[in-house]
Amino acid sequence: MNTFKIYIIALFSICCTLSAQQTPAPIQTTTVAIKGATAHVGNGSVIENSLIVFERGTLQYVGQMESGKLNSQMNIIEAKGKHVYPGFIIPNSTLGLIEIDAVRASDDDEEIGTWNPHIRSLIAYNTESKVVETMRPNGVLMAQITPRGGRISGTSSVVQLDAWNWEDAVVKIDDGIHMNWPSTFSRGRWWLGEDPGLKVNEKYNGQIQELDSYFNNAKVHNADATPGLNLPFEAMKDIFEGDQTLFIHVDDEKGIIDAVNFKKQHDIAKVVLVGAYEAYKQTDLLKNHGVSVLLRRVHSRPNKSDEDYDLPFKLAKKLVDGGVLVALEASGDMERMNSRNLPFYAGTTVSYGLSKEEALQLITLNAAKILGIEARYGSLEIGKSATLFISKGDALDMRTNQLEHAFIDGRNISLESHQTKLWKRYSNKYKNQ
Amino acid sequence: MGLLCAFIGHTQDYFPKNDGVHSKATNYTAITNAKIYITPTNVIENGTLLIKDGVIINSGKNISIPQNSELIDAKGGSIYPSFIDLYSNFGVEKPKRKSGGGATPQYGPSREGFYWNDHVRPEQNAVDVLKFDKKTAKSMLKEGFGVVNTHLEDGIVRGSGALVALDIEGSDAKRILSGRSAQYLSFSKSVLSRQSYPTSIMGAMALLRQLYLDANWYKNENHNTTDRSIEAFNKNADLVQIMAAGSRVNAVRADDVGDQFDIQYILLGGGDEYERINTIKNTNAAFIIPVNFPKPYDVENSFLADKLELESMKEWNQRPTNPKILAEHNITFALTTHGLKSVKEFKAKIKNAIDHGLSITKALEALTTVPAQLLNNNKIGTLKNGSFANFTITSGAFFKSETTVYEHWIRGSRTIFEDLNSKNLNGTYTFDLNKQKYTLEVTGTRGKPKAKLKADSLNLSCNLKQDQDWAHLLFTSKDTLQQQFMRFSAKIDKGNPNLNGTINFANGSTQKLTLIKSDKQAKKKAKKDKKETKEKTILPVTYPNGAYGFTALPEPKTILFQNATVWTNEDEGVLLNTDVLVKDGKIAAIGNNLKARKANVVDATGKHLTSGIVDEHSHIAAASINEAGQNSSAEVSIEDVVDADDVDIYRNLSGGVTTIQILHGSANPIGGRSALIKLKWGESAKNLIYKNAPKFIKFALGENVKQSNWGSYSRFPQTRMGVEQMYMDYFSRAKAYDQKKKSGQPYRADNEMEVLAEILNKERFISCHSYIQSEINMLMKVAEKFDFNINTFTHILEGYKLADKMKTHGAGASTFSDWWAYKYEVNDAIPYNAAILNNVGVVTAINSDDAEMSRRLNQEAAKAVKYGGASEEDAWKMVTLNPAKLLHIDDRVGSIKVGKDADLVLWNDHPLSIYAKAEKTLIEGVTYFDIERDQQLRENIKNERNTLIQMMLKEKNKGMKTQAVKVKKKQEMHCDTLDHNQI
Repeated sequence: MNTFKIYIIALFSICCTLSAQQTPAPIQTTTVAIKGATAHVGNGSVIENSLIVFERGTLQYVGQMESGKLNSQMNIIEAKGKHVYPGFIIPNSTLGLIEIDAVRASDDDEEIGTWNPHIRSLIAYNTESKVVETMRPNGVLMAQITPRGGRISGTSSVVQLDAWNWEDAVVKIDDGIHMNWPSTFSRGRWWLGEDPGLKVNEKYNGQIQELDSYFNNAKVHNADATPGLNLPFEAMKDIFEGDQTLFIHVDDEKGIIDAVNFKKQHDIAKVVLVGAYEAYKQTDLLKNHGVSVLLRRVHSRPNKSDEDYDLPFKLAKKLVDGGVLVALEASGDMERMNSRNLPFYAGTTVSYGLSKEEALQLITLNAAKILGIEARYGSLEIGKSATLFISKGDALDMRTNQLEHAFIDGRNISLESHQTKLWKRYSNKYKNQ
Repeated sequence: MGLLCAFIGHTQDYFPKNDGVHSKATNYTAITNAKIYITPTNVIENGTLLIKDGVIINSGKNISIPQNSELIDAKGGSIYPSFIDLYSNFGVEKPKRKSGGGATPQYGPSREGFYWNDHVRPEQNAVDVLKFDKKTAKSMLKEGFGVVNTHLEDGIVRGSGALVALDIEGSDAKRILSGRSAQYLSFSKSVLSRQSYPTSIMGAMALLRQLYLDANWYKNENHNTTDRSIEAFNKNADLVQIMAAGSRVNAVRADDVGDQFDIQYILLGGGDEYERINTIKNTNAAFIIPVNFPKPYDVENSFLADKLELESMKEWNQRPTNPKILAEHNITFALTTHGLKSVKEFKAKIKNAIDHGLSITKALEALTTVPAQLLNNNKIGTLKNGSFANFTITSGAFFKSETTVYEHWIRGSRTIFEDLNSKNLNGTYTFDLNKQKYTLEVTGTRGKPKAKLKADSLNLSCNLKQDQDWAHLLFTSKDTLQQQFMRFSAKIDKGNPNLNGTINFANGSTQKLTLIKSDKQAKKKAKKDKKETKEKTILPVTYPNGAYGFTALPEPKTILFQNATVWTNEDEGVLLNTDVLVKDGKIAAIGNNLKARKANVVDATGKHLTSGIVDEHSHIAAASINEAGQNSSAEVSIEDVVDADDVDIYRNLSGGVTTIQILHGSANPIGGRSALIKLKWGESAKNLIYKNAPKFIKFALGENVKQSNWGSYSRFPQTRMGVEQMYMDYFSRAKAYDQKKKSGQPYRADNEMEVLAEILNKERFISCHSYIQSEINMLMKVAEKFDFNINTFTHILEGYKLADKMKTHGAGASTFSDWWAYKYEVNDAIPYNAAILNNVGVVTAINSDDAEMSRRLNQEAAKAVKYGGASEEDAWKMVTLNPAKLLHIDDRVGSIKVGKDADLVLWNDHPLSIYAKAEKTLIEGVTYFDIERDQQLRENIKNERNTLIQMMLKEKNKGMKTQAVKVKKKQEMHCDTLDHNQI
């Protein structure tokens, strides 16, 4: 009875969001010029006193300020002393798949079953999510929506975060398949009275064999398959043909070595490691095999008590120094609402060795490259999408991250949210008292 | 294998006898020619022990032996008093947890006429369920144990134990030396009941405290019900009280409970006492110490080895030194077999402890005189005249690996393991046969030889058996093509080292043969033993004893920070190019061009100096967070479970945090009391806790206390409506309680009511977990009805909706910067909350409730600037001065002001910036975190890890048994965390 009530409440809340959501911005019709800002291109370079011009969603000019490029038809934004960045990209995200963690009716991130390559996140992505709209005011404008669970969790897609429907949101459909690599350690079942600590996973080798067998079978199935008879295997086809990326979620060093071998053995062209806590110990291996990394949440604690207290803060620097292509992800506890802190995860890597522009790449161009959308997104370069924002100050520092305008494909999007509405409403309550 | 030999079982004099005539034992037994340990320090060389009827009559070098004495020649062996194990469950089966049930928690008791909590079981008597277990008894006798203090190992109060002599042949009438030998207690619940309470150690401590109060009330006052548990508990009060604490931290906790009621428990330790030996010493308790030293880890696989924590490796390395360190600090302790997989491991473990410096005398005392004294029993533990004749006869010094236990006597019953007359055949023998030279190497123990036979350098298969005074050797010929078996038998001659016998060949012919003994082997081995002892590397104990511990605690220093940007949090605001002098743990001066003799000068040019961060809502550094067994748990206190060894303390220091309030969780509308601590890394738990600090308690509202997300539907309250009524009920009762108490009438002391009365009397403040405006307003109204104030609403995510009402009420706010969306009630949580509250004039803090975020609270404060536009100084106060105000410690901390505690942080950049790092964190003038020293600590960790891994590899290489790598995982604690360490 009570459970039922909770679901009713949950449904009600989701209905409420429909009316609260910001209206997606219309297609760009007027050419926009941003004048005088410091442009952080996203590829490592910075243009002081820049001019950025975009038309019908595409960047026409990015360079030094040249008044000759301006005309009266343009919407000219004065941005002297301000900063322009490419839209930040959050990979390996469950945004829009869960609205409220504790309300089961609002959870759509994890299907039952072990082998789910055919499960597609995109169709469950809720563009009306109240959480999603809170990303934009911090500069997070794109996300890779990723399913969870199982050995193979399913297929992700890349979306932009201002849309009427998932079909309008999608930037790259079914970009990759996500797989959870077996753990070297397994946790004691404390509820059965076992020590809650970690013990060596005795089943590890068997689990690897299962994976091998699954991939072998998927491959041969696709060599001679009548479509529709085995949806999971068919969903794997593009992995073998190099058109889709295999995202392997793995943290420990041995797992990482085994995963890279797995790539070789099954001849998979595109492999990205996700989490990859100990990837810093194997940078040469990753570099040599062209394996890139979506690095686990920077703001986390070390796995072990005797590790450097700042190890999670400096992992990005170690990977960059080792020549690995790396971007940041944020999965874990409270991951969706915390994803708006992505710029500050990057900011932290600056205190631990990276330059600000290198740190920026971790959440822009590198992410775009890893997700395969770098032709259109990830940096402020002529011909690319005008997905960018203007901040009053350094956007990687919460002290100065203050967005004034944001554009997705040239569309001037709203920076309001359910939260800013409440802020204004209650600020007025006290003003009027 | 041993031969059992019993004296005639004498029945009691007053028993009728219908199967013959009464025969009274009148003979003596005299064991001669022995080294007799009357006590570990009173030793008779080559003496005689005279016993009769199971009792020691006399001992000495030249005592007179009555004519009716049976004589036993110990032939130079040694006689030791039987060992005593004070902590045993011998013969008392441990109950098994019932399967099934359990989906819905059980809050009430299962029994009637007993205490309200099923886990209090003082009415249990081990003797009632004792089933003498001969097999176990014999294995214990073999290891020297003759008396065990056994008990029913189940429950928080476990009832009375029984002192049992391991007399295999006798009857329970003789074996049971006492049916009420001690009362046993623990912090672990009974498996016989599913009653929820307590779910935590602090709950178990509170339960015991209340039990003592209730027992006293029951004893002194009229009561109109019968409580068989309390009656038994009161009856057991005169017994020795043995508390199964099981670790050094729990030992201190148990001792605290005992001290409050003038009870000195004997404490079962954990083998880790050496880690904080002075704290252990301060308990003044006697200890029962296990010797289950960990095996080395199998670190051959370097990937797995990497996962192993330094702390675990150090345990392996250091634990064998525990008994020695206890002895060095004059702590009274007995040793126990508890925790060993098999009692057979015991001797080797003691030998290991001795190799690590424990004196043999102390080891023997810990097994004989000490446990006897702890039980106030003068009949056991020594071989003084009048004691029970409980002793072993051994071939020599007890703990030497080659020593054999020949016999164990218990009250006259004699168990023989090896014939006293049998000979040890160990050594190297040579013989010639068919022009071949054979070498036989014998190892093993008396009666159980192991043999290796070589012809030239070729190993031959062979089997050597010793049967009393005969040796039989079976071996094969050297010729592998046509293998032949040969048998050799020799009568063992004690006077002759060689074996003279006859060999039978395959063809049936026989021949006389002598195996000639040489004595090379023995010497070689003795040398090796010595060498090993010398090589032992023991890593130094650090405080704490895991990673980043200090070998010596840092001292307070006089420190002069020069030319810093100083965030005073006072009217002066942020001062540029300013000096701050720290002296005697206080802020001594703030100004320009300050000078101080002998001060450590820190050039802070370009750096920012702030007061230390205060986290109003933390769950680090605690062994448990929620006592979820009841809807009110005011009786529990986090102060009981502070964990001073949590590495998150160090990590918090690295983020500039100096003071935290460890709050109870949010499982109950009325939670538990807080611990307010300073993060003095390395100090003991007690030294972390603020002295004379204001008192706090956690309350909670909303989904957690309604158990909305736990699938539990049986506990009141299930709605916000019920929450209000629960408060009304508890405060009304507390008021009545307090009035009765103040009136001078007799009253039943109730710790829960005492705490609630403190709230009514404005002696304790509430910090209330809260989200939704309706219930926040409700709690303020409840408080107003009882004429007190809610001090702090913590989380308070909808505080912005009723900031005006909070201000009027006088409540403060401690909130998250930007958390939301994790449950239904935080749907309207907004990051602008702190700024709005602050604007309205509510004292506003930003807290963590999270071990990761707490080390970046400076960044969380910055979000109050980003969201809602608070000024930078106001934002900074939200993590320093404002929480200090909320905690009523702003007279000591929270700002940089002369006379306040020198709790300071030196930042390399603007403290609200993502780019800022804490370089030094001071508490009361002591630099607990220093970014440069941290580099050195990292180096130490690396070196210690490498040393230990090399040592463990060496052990494995030597053939020592190893254990698989395991990783201790500390549970991450939040408000709604239920302990995984079930008690």
